[in-house]
Amino acid sequence: MRKFSAMFKARTMEFVRDRGSFVWNLLFPIALVFGFAFAFSGDGQATFKVGVVGNPDPGLPFLSIRQIEFIEYDAPPVGPTIEEVQDRVRRHQIDMVIDFDSREYYINDESANGEILRMLFTRQERTPENSGATRTFTERAVTGRPIRYVDWLVPGVIGMNMMFSCLFGVGFVIVRYRKNGVLKRLKATPVSALSFVSAQAASRLVIVIITSIVVYTGTNLFLHFMMNGSYVHLLLLTTITILCMIAIGLVFASRLRSEELTSGLMNIITLPMLIFSGLFFSLEGAPEIVRRASRVFPLTHFVEGARAIMLEGAGFAEILPHVLYLAGLTVVMLLTSAALFQWE
Amino acid sequence: MEVKNLAKSYGQVHAVKGVSFKIPEQICFGLLGPNGAGKTTTIEMMEGILAPSSGDVLFRGKPIGRHFKEKVGIQFQSTALPEFITVKETIEMFQAFYPAPRPMDEIIEICSLADILGRDNRKLSGGQRQRLLLALAIVPFPEIVFLDEPTTGLDPQARRNFWELIRRIRAEKTTVVLTTHYMEEAELLCDRIAIMDHGRILEIDTPARLIEKHFEGVVVRVPVHGDDEDQMEIVTADLDRTMKELLMDDTNLDGLHIHKPNLEDLFLKLTGTSLRA
Repeated sequence: MRKFSAMFKARTMEFVRDRGSFVWNLLFPIALVFGFAFAFSGDGQATFKVGVVGNPDPGLPFLSIRQIEFIEYDAPPVGPTIEEVQDRVRRHQIDMVIDFDSREYYINDESANGEILRMLFTRQERTPENSGATRTFTERAVTGRPIRYVDWLVPGVIGMNMMFSCLFGVGFVIVRYRKNGVLKRLKATPVSALSFVSAQAASRLVIVIITSIVVYTGTNLFLHFMMNGSYVHLLLLTTITILCMIAIGLVFASRLRSEELTSGLMNIITLPMLIFSGLFFSLEGAPEIVRRASRVFPLTHFVEGARAIMLEGAGFAEILPHVLYLAGLTVVMLLTSAALFQWE
Repeated sequence: MEVKNLAKSYGQVHAVKGVSFKIPEQICFGLLGPNGAGKTTTIEMMEGILAPSSGDVLFRGKPIGRHFKEKVGIQFQSTALPEFITVKETIEMFQAFYPAPRPMDEIIEICSLADILGRDNRKLSGGQRQRLLLALAIVPFPEIVFLDEPTTGLDPQARRNFWELIRRIRAEKTTVVLTTHYMEEAELLCDRIAIMDHGRILEIDTPARLIEKHFEGVVVRVPVHGDDEDQMEIVTADLDRTMKELLMDDTNLDGLHIHKPNLEDLFLKLTGTSLRA
């Protein structure tokens, strides 16, 4: 235990005193949250997603607007219920839903895209046959407190920061230690590989939990995120995700010697996770294969779980599948890194 | 400590080709050889850092085991230190690694670290760095200390200071195993030396006996055609006769140099290369 705490202390001090990366680890995600909050409070993103329920009116001009992606939902029980589709609007997964059966449509007032779509739709909701009618659809408010894009986004930014901080903070640093001989020097002492690796992991776990809490509470002071669930659940999910990311970092760290190669390999896994985990943009409407593949990424489980807690007030039972997946992946990665680990 | 038929190969490259020797307790043992002779590979197998391809490393008659690391102090040829932590914090970390570490005051005193205790490892000079690395090596009260080219790259003053530290460690009756490029260092510090080249031990004995065995008399060096690079070397027991013969032969004696043979001469004789090459 003395060996462990000595190395834990050394690694933590190294991080805290390395002002550059310390500040970067804190400021970058905070800047990103504010940046997105600002960017999406005004004009929205360029593409629109509109859900379609029931049989669309043939020849409806609105449906032929090319800048809009239409997602057709099957009727329940195969497809979602109208309440579930409404929730997707509320959660910014889609910008609008048109129910052709009840002749109603739903828009999230918090969505910048919603405003544009309302304008487009009210002008083009009539087919040539009923061109004389004033309105053929009724607008329904999305029930519940509207969710801003930034509420939806904040788990994504924190998740991204966790991913980079864990992969590079553990993986990259151990590879550097191996390359410059620090590991060789430790190998010459009675320190075991397990003790060394767990000290590195524990130090990073504490650092990333604290930075995540600081980033969340710091931005929350100004942006007042929606929080319908329990902070304890959110912390649990965050902790297991950090452990999982550290375990992935350890696999990289287990025997690579070149920082350049490590950096390249890490980009190979971090870039798809950034794009396909639904961090910044919803995967709703993405090809089935992409959505399925995204289930592999730990970040997908983190953002889905965190959004479920924060936006829908999900309880432990609802996030349990995510927690179990992350825990399982952590164990697999830890065993893999233990099997592969070499001091030199 | 004893090594028996120790060998290490990397594919087709045979770095160490079966070396055997014994190191009596409490002496300073020097391993000498040019770059690529196999010194570092040999010393790292003795430290238990590198697994031998074949052969045995015995400590007090038994193969080195798990607890060997608690009894040795090691200074590698090149080691980075953890960054952003101070000299004192680095020593404290290493103290935590051993069951009964040497007290801080004693380490500071032996390695003269008082002035640099609060300094960040990244800001140490070459000599200060070597002193800290030696300090880390003596943290466990080692029975045997391995120093792999500890003074390479140091200026003459820092090198002399470092020799003084090694003498202090020896005064504690610690066995020291040292590899070096510097003949002066080996002559000053080592009780026994082994000369290594191409993965084999060429000679092993005390420096004085080795010189005695290979040289009788003095070494005379005369530049050929007045060229300092191209020298004729004569080892003679009868200097008077040699000088007369050279004069009779009408040899140009500008740049003539006569000295008692030293380890450098021995090395040139045994390996055909200069030690610092």
